[in-house]
Order: sequence, then structure tokens, then C-alpha cells
Amino acid sequence: MSLFFLLMLFPMVMVFRYSVLDGAILKPSPEFVGLANFRTIFSDPVFVQSIGNTLYFTVMSVVFHLLIGLLFALMLNSNRVNHILRAILRVLFILPWLFTAVIIAIVWRLILDPNGVVNGYLIALNIIDQKIEWFSSTATAIHALTFVNIWAGYPLYMVSLLAGLQGIPKELYEAASLDGANGPNKLWFITLPQLFPIIISIALLDFIWTMQVFPLVWMTTGGGPINTTEMLSTYTYKLAFTRYQFSAAAASAVVIFFFSMILTYFYIMHQRRMRQR
Amino acid sequence: MDQPARKKLDLATIGVHLGLAVGLVFAGFPVLWMLFSSLKSNTEIFSLPPKILPDVFSLSAYTSIFSDPVKVRFFINSYFVAGTVTLLTLLLATLAAYSFSRYRFRFKSTFNVLIISTQTVPPITLLIPYFGMVVAFKIFDTYFALVLTYLVFTLPYAILLMTGFLNTLPKELDEAVLIDGGTSWTALWRVLVPLSVPGIVATAVYTFLLAWNEFLFALTLTKSMELRTVPIGIQLLMGQHAFEWNEMMAMSVLGSLPLLLLYLLAQRYFLAGMTAGSVTN
Repeated sequence: MSLFFLLMLFPMVMVFRYSVLDGAILKPSPEFVGLANFRTIFSDPVFVQSIGNTLYFTVMSVVFHLLIGLLFALMLNSNRVNHILRAILRVLFILPWLFTAVIIAIVWRLILDPNGVVNGYLIALNIIDQKIEWFSSTATAIHALTFVNIWAGYPLYMVSLLAGLQGIPKELYEAASLDGANGPNKLWFITLPQLFPIIISIALLDFIWTMQVFPLVWMTTGGGPINTTEMLSTYTYKLAFTRYQFSAAAASAVVIFFFSMILTYFYIMHQRRMRQR
Repeated sequence: MDQPARKKLDLATIGVHLGLAVGLVFAGFPVLWMLFSSLKSNTEIFSLPPKILPDVFSLSAYTSIFSDPVKVRFFINSYFVAGTVTLLTLLLATLAAYSFSRYRFRFKSTFNVLIISTQTVPPITLLIPYFGMVVAFKIFDTYFALVLTYLVFTLPYAILLMTGFLNTLPKELDEAVLIDGGTSWTALWRVLVPLSVPGIVATAVYTFLLAWNEFLFALTLTKSMELRTVPIGIQLLMGQHAFEWNEMMAMSVLGSLPLLLLYLLAQRYFLAGMTAGSVTN
């Protein structure tokens, strides 16, 4: 237990300390500079841009993870489909989840290569006549990256919502049928309200985890072209380990920590409320 | 009256099947493309119009990986680090979980909140002080640095999972062992652990996945080729052999193998381990 505190809480204290020092790690006796490091990063346009990018990437990812995960869960739970087929598809639809971020990154780099299969089909079908450089054009990079992350992340929702769907009491649907409710009515007034607590839990966690994205970005765009996919995590990493500005990096790391903890607070509150019911 | 209703029903059925077909392509195509590209020649991967199946199935990308000791080493490292972290996590988490579930202590709910918070602390925030500490303790570029830092991430949740599991086993079991002259130690290892195999497997899967997939710490806390794990190895090879796509895809297939096997062999535990963290209560 004490080891745990040593390895988790002590580093947190250290990173806060670094963030108010000048030349942390590098200088033998760094001096206290107050909030100067925070002023430095907030006046850096790339940092401000990386907040915007992270926000766009995260919000789009969470929304589409939820939509796709919910849609797939509903389809896989539908009794219009043969149950053996459903069992097989349940296994296959989880596939994206079984791959490491780095592997997802390079597989999609191959697929979205300018000479790759996506451009190949789009040209063969006469949809485009110029090869699109998905990951290296400023117009498409952030969207391509977000798309890949959407592909990689929906199964968590799908699996959890499938479990949730199976937990909804059948009597609710039977009662609704007696009252003359149709399919969309049941979805809107029974299924979604019943799934709502699960959706909130997972969306909050997903938001926190997606905000911290690193390997996927590092391995596809590296933050480029011209910072259009720079995220808070890649910005911080570069500050620390390619420019060796550990103090400014610590300040940026504290900002990420702060965002995460605000959301964690909401998550814990939500969990408490669910337990009290 | 009956006719339009049935027609509408059929439309919905067709719609669901169409949706599932689109979903299958969306989920499965990238995976198929990875697998088939690893069996193609480099020119064939980029043939126009694209061909899904290789003309000749060739294992040359795989044989060239297995004959390169540097690449084989990436796999050995990943298995070694993930395996060690998993064993240590199971051992420490079982001991900690036992004391949490069997002995009353204060601040229990505070502790739960702390554990949940550790799930959401950004790794990049911890990376900077860890880097400083690892350099200061002279364990930079060692397996030890990786194992130790991974334990910090795996242990809290593993303890929570195992505590939850041990709580489902009645205390009368331990008491029976004590009455028969055993100690709490024998009660734990002879009775409780064998009964908790499902919980242990789920915890092991969760831990193994985390360690196998980890990228940021492996990238920063090691430096020499002999210590690099598979994700970092792939990243380095991308820089050097960016045009040998079949070999990169073969690396990816081999790097995904343990997770695919775990999933196929222990689906139920796998899902329990994967959703760990999101379905707390």
C-alpha cells in the first residue's frame, strides 16, 4: 500500500512541483517561478490549437462510438436475425477491439496510403480522380485520424450495451405492446431510458480516455501536418522529450490532469447515484 | 389490413440484415486487409484496381521476421514483460484483496474513489516524474523500469476486481479452515484461490492486455534495441522499412496473436477483463 502511494501520489506531487519551477530535471537547483510556465504554454498558439484538436477528436469519437455501438448492439439483439448468425457476428463485430493502438495505426496507414486500397477503390469507382493524402493533407488529417479512432473504439459500447439490453425486463415491452406501442415507441420510451445510466458511465470514461490519446496519433500523423492533429498528449510529449522543456511540459501535463479529474469527479458522482438506486 | 403490416415487417428485417452486412465490412475489412497483405508481395498490395485475395499465398514475410533475431527479440520482450507483470499483479492483488475482503478497515470508500481515480490519471502526466525518478534511481533502460511502472497501472484495478470476487465467497469457508487448525494463509491459497479461478483469469487477461498494449512508457523508459517491446519495435521498423508493407503487416498479425487467442479461448473472461473499469459498481 505504501509502495502504491509512493508510486502514484508522490509522482503527482512531483509533476505539480516541476510545473512551478524553472528548468526542472535539467538544472541541479531549479528556482521557483510561480505560474510562469502556465503563462508560457497558454500563450503558445500550438498549445491552444492542440486543446481545440483534442476537443474535436474526443467529442466526435465519443458521439460516433455511442451511435455505432448502440446501433450494432440493437441489431445484434434483434430477434429478426437468426440466433446463430447473431452469435457469429457478435464475435466478428468485436474485432477492432483486439488490436493494439500501434497496430491499428499502421494497418490504417496502409489502407489510407495515397496508393492504398481506399483510394484505389474510390478511383476505380470514379468517385475521385486525384489520390487523396488522407493523413498528410491539412484538410483531411484530423478527420482521418478521428475516423480511425471511431473504428477502434465502438466495441466497448457495443459489448456493454448488449449486456444492458439483455438486462431490460421483458414485461416492460409486453406491457407497452398491450398499450399499442410500436417499435420506435418502445426504443424511445423503454430501451433508451433503461440504457441511459450505462451510456453515461461509458461515455464519461471514454471521454477521459480518448482525451489522453497518444500512440494512435504518434504513429499516424505525429501531430502534423502543420499541427493540425496536435493533441494535448503529443504536444506535452514533444515539449518534454524532444525539446527537453520539462517544466513547461509539466505545466501542460497538469492541465491534462486537471481536465481528467473534473470528468472523473462527474464519473464518480454518477457511479454513486447508480448505486443508491 | 394485414398485407401492409407484414410488408413493413419484412422491410425492417431486410434493413437489419443490410445494416449488419455494412457493419461486418466496416469491422472486418481492415483486419482482412492486414492478414492478406501479410501474405502478398509488396507490389501486389498496391495493385490497381485493388485485389483482396493474394494471387499466391506467400509466407516469406513471416520467415524473414523469424530469421531476424532483432525482430524475434521484440516478441520475447513483450511476452516476458507482460508475463512478469501479470504474475506479479496476480500475486500482489490476491494478497491485498484478501485483506480488504476479510478484514474491516477504515476509509474503505475513500479508497475505492482513489482506485477509480487511478484509472483516469493521464499516463502522460505520470510519465514526466517517472522519467525523472527512473533516471535518478539508475533503472533507465531496464526491464525493471517497465515492470514497476506497469504494476502501478495494473494493481489498483486488479485489487478492486479481486476484492469484488473474494467478497462473493462466504466467510464461513475461512472459518472452517481455521477450525480445522489451518491458518489464514492456508485458507487463502488452499480454499479461496482455487475457488476464484474465474476472477483470477479475468484479472490476468486485463493485466496482460494492459502490459502488452502499453506504448508511452515503453517508448520513453527504454532505449536499447534489446529491450524494445512489440509496439515500439513496429514503430522503429516503420521508420526503417517503411516500404516493406507485407513484413509490417506480418509483424502486426504476430503482435495481435496473443490477444486474438485469449479472446477465442476465454471469451467470457476476456470480455470481463476488457470491460473492467467501465462496469464498476
